[in-house]
Amino acid sequence: MAEEAGMFVVPQTVGTVLCCKCGIPMAPNAANMCVKCLRSEVDITEGLQKHVIIMHCPECNSYLQPPRTWIKAQLESKELLTFCVKRLKNLNKVRLVHAEFIWTEPHSKRIKVKLKVQKEVLNGAILEQSYVVEYVQQEHMCESCSRVQANPDQWVAAVQLRQHVSHRRTFFYLEQLILKHGAAASAIKIKQMEQGIDFFFSNRSHGVKFVEFIGKVAPMKSRNDKQLVSHDIKSNNYNYKYTFSVEICPICREDLICLPLKVAASLGNLGPLVICTKVTNSIALLDPLTLRISYLDADQYWRLPFKSLLTSRQLVEYIVLDVEIISSEVNVGGSKYVLADAQVARVSDFGKNDTIFNIRTHLGHLLNPGDYALGYDLYGANSNDIEIEKHKGLVIPEAILIRKSYEEKRQKKRGKPRAWKLKSLDMEVDDKNRTDQEKINSEYEQFLKDLEENPELRFNISLYRNKDYQPSEMTSVADGDEVPSIPLDELLADLDLSEAEAEDEDDEMRE
Amino acid sequence: MANRIQFENSCDVGVFSKLTNAYCLVAIGGSESFYSAFEAELADVIPVVKTSIAGTRIIGRLCAGNKNGLLLPHNTTDQELQHLRNSLPDQVVVQRIDERLSALGNCIACNDHVALTHTDLDKETEEMIADVLGVEVFRQTIAGNILVGSYCAFSNKGALVHPHTSVEDMNELATLLQVPVSAGTVNRGSEVIGAGLTVNDWTAFCGSDTTATELNVIETAFQLKPAQPSAIVDEMRKSLIDSYV
Repeated sequence: MAEEAGMFVVPQTVGTVLCCKCGIPMAPNAANMCVKCLRSEVDITEGLQKHVIIMHCPECNSYLQPPRTWIKAQLESKELLTFCVKRLKNLNKVRLVHAEFIWTEPHSKRIKVKLKVQKEVLNGAILEQSYVVEYVQQEHMCESCSRVQANPDQWVAAVQLRQHVSHRRTFFYLEQLILKHGAAASAIKIKQMEQGIDFFFSNRSHGVKFVEFIGKVAPMKSRNDKQLVSHDIKSNNYNYKYTFSVEICPICREDLICLPLKVAASLGNLGPLVICTKVTNSIALLDPLTLRISYLDADQYWRLPFKSLLTSRQLVEYIVLDVEIISSEVNVGGSKYVLADAQVARVSDFGKNDTIFNIRTHLGHLLNPGDYALGYDLYGANSNDIEIEKHKGLVIPEAILIRKSYEEKRQKKRGKPRAWKLKSLDMEVDDKNRTDQEKINSEYEQFLKDLEENPELRFNISLYRNKDYQPSEMTSVADGDEVPSIPLDELLADLDLSEAEAEDEDDEMRE
Repeated sequence: MANRIQFENSCDVGVFSKLTNAYCLVAIGGSESFYSAFEAELADVIPVVKTSIAGTRIIGRLCAGNKNGLLLPHNTTDQELQHLRNSLPDQVVVQRIDERLSALGNCIACNDHVALTHTDLDKETEEMIADVLGVEVFRQTIAGNILVGSYCAFSNKGALVHPHTSVEDMNELATLLQVPVSAGTVNRGSEVIGAGLTVNDWTAFCGSDTTATELNVIETAFQLKPAQPSAIVDEMRKSLIDSYV
């Protein structure tokens, strides 16, 4: 300050004094003792821990931060150093200046950290000292790893997801929804079962949460049971295993349903022959002859459950001979339909006999003469549904078309990889289920085709770009009616999967 | 020779005693050992007087003096003043002064010719110091400390100052005092020199914590050692032979 004011300041040279213990000349300090003497006099690392035992999980390479947090850290990493320093008690009594690892053999189960600390000693002199702390790793598996390692009886809650239908299409779709929402992130085991999937959780609340998630995406009913595993009367602790049985309604998209009298009446005399167009937490039912649509939520369904008359496996391929549009375009429930009269013949009959059906269809906007379409052959079907007999005077159409078929076009593309792929859940498969892998594969392929054809279906799921896919020059075929495919901008860039993982995924694609 | 003594387990001997070339004041302690240490060293030469000042034992910090006089703070009782006048030699002027800063020992450091004082002392006090003690008075600080009496000790032979005193300051002090000045510590690194050490031209007393190195510094600074180097050699030889036998 005096210098700033332009005053003369006497230069101050620090003199030397003799260290009061050993007598060597030194710059004066607060203790007036040289550093060596001060060190011999006081040890500031006294009372600090030099040996610490830390718990290490060999499976996931994580360390126990008491009381129960496990921290993942690599050897010699910043995280590990933070963890090591935090484990030291009494370190608040000194000031930590520096910490570094001293290299040790990775399998010596020892970590050495060199710490430099400062502390005030003897009337305000600050002494700095470095010392080495040795951490002994004790191998102790963390809870999650031991759960994985130990027998599968470690689960607390099991969710048994079932749909009593002959195909697994619903589960392929649910799998994608679960992945997209991370609903089964806390599951410790997922097992593919006959007509369903079992999910195992370590915590009841995880199971409950998962059941709630399923309730939001599918019409289901659930019940839960608990089994007493063990109990401690003295501390009033009870240890249960919980089982949630979740049944998804057997009605799937594209199923043909003959509504029971009561249901039809409650829906304003809908149908009674209706097509299920969409299944979310409610079921959308479309009357193909009148283009009326009704929604049935899970409660309503389970009050008066019914089954489908014909399912998508029984679809028959028709060739469209003539189409005559009888109404303008109608937008029902988010999708467009046009009522039309069509003349169709079964592909199997084509060229053999002259059986032609004159039917009414809701797909007037899609069909052109010469197209192929999939539909239910009610003419040839031998249905023994009780419900259909209860409807007095019901005129059953000879065929009901469900969707346009691209099978012919697809023939050309057979064997070519898709530009996109899906992730899959890490599911265990029982050996006895393995036998019908072929069937599952074909169903999965069908599911992928459905995704391509139906943009509404892929609204809720994440598609990833397939790195292996090379677009060929042949794509621009001069055919007006292109096979539907997924535009590239809908695809998510693949999360950086390592090569090995990518290969795994390809295997799982069942292509 | 410098002596290491203790006053009732305290090493701050400069607080409990006042040593000059003409007299020595000693606080009244519980035991006689402190007094007798002075008595043994000085009795033949100068009077050693037991006294209190203002009813306290911290006499070294309350009074200032040299062979010419003794200054006492305003709260000194009449009995104490009378006792000191009776005990001290006739040529020593004992004077009680009206100074707001009553710890005169902390504010004034002096030998028989020069006094360094606290910068805030009254003008009258300064005149009184010059008259009674017969010294030149300089207002000074020692290493930035205004309590000059606490942070330095000097005799007519030498001076010991606070260890943080810069080289320039030491040169200045040496010019003022006309004696060699050195920086050092007492009582194992304590920088309160005035409290740990009391000194005159031929002897010094310091706290028993004082290390050999510090004692050596003190003896060198105040020229208390036997001058001939041969004497040291003799001494060393004696001790060497002693340890061999």
